[in-house]
Amino acid sequence: MTLARFRPSKGTLALGALSALAFVVAVMRYAFGLRAISNLSDGYPWGFWISFDLLCGVALAAGAFTTASVVYIFDLKRFNPLLRPAILTGFLGYLMVIVALLVDLGRPERIWHLIIFWNPESVMFEVGWCVMLYTAVLALEFSSVVFEKFGWRRLSALHRYVTPALVILGTLLSTLHQSSLGSLFLAAPTKVQPLWFSPWLPVFFFLSAVAVGPAIVIVESFISARVLQRGLETELVGELARAIPLALGAYLILKVFDLTTAGEWGSAFQGSTGALFWLEIIGGVILPLGLFALPSVRRSDARLFGAALLVIGGVVLNRFDVSLIGWARPAETWYFPHWMELAMTAGIVAGGVMVFGLVARYLPLFTPSHAAEPAE
Amino acid sequence: MLIDETRCTGCRACQVACKQWNDLPAETTRNRGTYTNPPALSANTWSLIEFKEIETRGQIGFYFLRRACMHCEHPACASACLVGALHKTAEGPVLYDDHKCIGCRYCMIACPFGIPTFDWNKGLLDQPLIRKCVFCADRVQNGLTPACAKACPSRVILFGGRDELIAEGEARIRQSPGRYVNRIYGKAEAGGTSVLYLSSIPFEQLGLPRLDSAPVTVLSEWVMRYTLPFAAAWGAALTGLALLVRWRNRGKPKRPSSKEAA
Repeated sequence: MTLARFRPSKGTLALGALSALAFVVAVMRYAFGLRAISNLSDGYPWGFWISFDLLCGVALAAGAFTTASVVYIFDLKRFNPLLRPAILTGFLGYLMVIVALLVDLGRPERIWHLIIFWNPESVMFEVGWCVMLYTAVLALEFSSVVFEKFGWRRLSALHRYVTPALVILGTLLSTLHQSSLGSLFLAAPTKVQPLWFSPWLPVFFFLSAVAVGPAIVIVESFISARVLQRGLETELVGELARAIPLALGAYLILKVFDLTTAGEWGSAFQGSTGALFWLEIIGGVILPLGLFALPSVRRSDARLFGAALLVIGGVVLNRFDVSLIGWARPAETWYFPHWMELAMTAGIVAGGVMVFGLVARYLPLFTPSHAAEPAE
Repeated sequence: MLIDETRCTGCRACQVACKQWNDLPAETTRNRGTYTNPPALSANTWSLIEFKEIETRGQIGFYFLRRACMHCEHPACASACLVGALHKTAEGPVLYDDHKCIGCRYCMIACPFGIPTFDWNKGLLDQPLIRKCVFCADRVQNGLTPACAKACPSRVILFGGRDELIAEGEARIRQSPGRYVNRIYGKAEAGGTSVLYLSSIPFEQLGLPRLDSAPVTVLSEWVMRYTLPFAAAWGAALTGLALLVRWRNRGKPKRPSSKEAA
């Protein structure tokens, strides 16, 4: 470590090592096939990557569209300081989803086929187009940071002009994408546990994404305040958190309505899936709903952070329950992620964190975007 | 194709004929205490006889299920495939286009019978694909019967038009009501299938899933049908909301951001 200009911290070195390991795993996967690095099988065609990297990854990228719509659709410009990091988190989240898909897809070199071969009957068709279009929208939304860094005034002015339209488009695509991930499982009514299968799956996925969006912004602000030694805008973050009980409340009401009309309350008191259901509903919905409704929680950094983690934990558990844990397994099949599946995910996330750190260091990430100025 | 499981002797000639005609390699397996071998359908085994020891009326009986693609009338795999790599042909077979598939495996998620399989052991250069029974479409198009039906020595597998086979199945049930469960599996299941089963024990016991008569993809297709209209309405609503808020906020001074970061 004699280099004067580049001296990575221990944290950066660890992240770099994780990414390097994931790169080796990816090479093995491309050379020898998915079985070489995963426990995926014909009984479990989707595993940890789909549950975590795709379903949780997209849900946890929801901070971008929720914050952007607060600032540009509800015109609450005071939340502007939170916007750029939220968009970056969402953008990197989507890039990580795409990287994970390039590992998980059987034929990643054909991912572009979704552009030329259409099946509008397929939910996956909608998912594919949403990933593609919304990633592009996030890149455009984020581009203002680059324009500002290099002082490209005319591009910045153009960006300012189109941003409201871009945010509406992004919110629309996010609504479609978040809900369509739930709709994916509508095609498997006999395979998803009755506690989680519902014709309302797309609405559940959307509502939980709206709830987890501000929670991610809280966590991301909290961590970057610590790591980058900035002050946390507690007041502002706490105010944003007021949206969470609304979304969680709507989710809870719909869940009660759905289980009652489906007559499935009995399954909630059976076996380990019933226990998981209550863990998700009490720990991830009811408890944070109550906590975020308390002003004392919204005024404290640590309590905000803790309550946000509950929401995130609830959503992660829900996505796993729908797609993996509550999955009807064919006889004699079994799945637990291979350590290399986990290493792949860890490496992708580490890469995302490193890029976030680089952007925070070299680009004007924490200055409020131009929206604070009059748009007209 | 009508499969009368009461006639099956478990000889597996169909399983071997399938491998021969479709040029599929054998699998190395271990003894797992059952005659079912290989253990499950795979990219190299498109048709499989499952051996079941089932107790009925106090007696252990040996029963067989020939598992392979059901060639649904309204295939969930085809509905689910984002690039339209799977499709139902007019003649009956549900076929797969090797050149379109991106390997997302959503067809495997959607299929209520758990039929499509994937080439898990192939790296990118070996071009992994989804694999399943193709109803010997190449034989059928040339006026031959599928390899499994051709090979079956006890005429378990009857090949023909779907309506004729349903009539034949119903006639058999009528003639020997004691021999059969009074139902043809596949006549209604999941919107109807091109492969039909007769059995002497309940189909669920035999290992076939209990399914409604509606295709499993009715809900997802309903959602997709209304997605574009919903998107148009939601886009208009968001735009309207943004304009309304701006109109209400007109003239108000723009507040600067609450705190500047250090």
